[in-house]
Amino acid sequence: MSVVFALFTALLIVGGSLFALVAAIGINRLPDLYTRMHAASKAGTVGSGLLLVAVGFHAGDIATLSRALAGFFFFILTAPVSAHLLAKAAHQVGYPLSRVSVLDDLKKSGE
Amino acid sequence: MMSSEAIILAASNFALVVLGVSFILTVFRVVRGPTLPDRVLALDMLVGIAIGFIAVIAIKTSYTLYIDIAISLGLVGFLTTVAFARFILARGVVGEKPKEDRPVLRPEKEKAAKAKARAKTQTGKGARA
Repeated sequence: MSVVFALFTALLIVGGSLFALVAAIGINRLPDLYTRMHAASKAGTVGSGLLLVAVGFHAGDIATLSRALAGFFFFILTAPVSAHLLAKAAHQVGYPLSRVSVLDDLKKSGE
Repeated sequence: MMSSEAIILAASNFALVVLGVSFILTVFRVVRGPTLPDRVLALDMLVGIAIGFIAVIAIKTSYTLYIDIAISLGLVGFLTTVAFARFILARGVVGEKPKEDRPVLRPEKEKAAKAKARAKTQTGKGARA
């Protein structure tokens, strides 16, 4: 039973770190700010969140698990807000989209 | 069959290596990033990776007080990004010529060339008719 539990925790740890690696690769490979934001705010948040949940499961008491889940919930709540604020500020100021992007709805509606 | 401690230790060592690699890749984007918002985004991502590091260290040492440090670091990172967004909004595009640092993807280029060739043949036909 404890080996199964350890395997589950190890799966959470490895999955979280691989999500962080995918986010780092995406932040280097994608063409402009607005697409890089997808990698950073989705995969990055899931990566650190999975690692926090792994800490909670590894400790095995309800206080640590609830704190870890509260932290995970907090990251999921704040990451889209900060990414949206940054993207909106950059677009409003006039940082351009990549040339491969096909649609700019904010520009069409006259900012 | 491995014992549970050995499984956890191997997984956390692997996670430390992978997180180190992703940290270096993100620092590369901070250094290279052509504009200020790119750097701000990469710094936000660095905070996330640091939280992951803290979580793995908490598992390795089984010292669960690290979770509170990770949560407060996440709060600081969120406030930093919000403050930087306000700063970008107030500052505007100053002194940097934003341009894409990657060329247009090759399939897009081929599609554009094909469309241009097709248009040319169509206009040629129209002129002949």
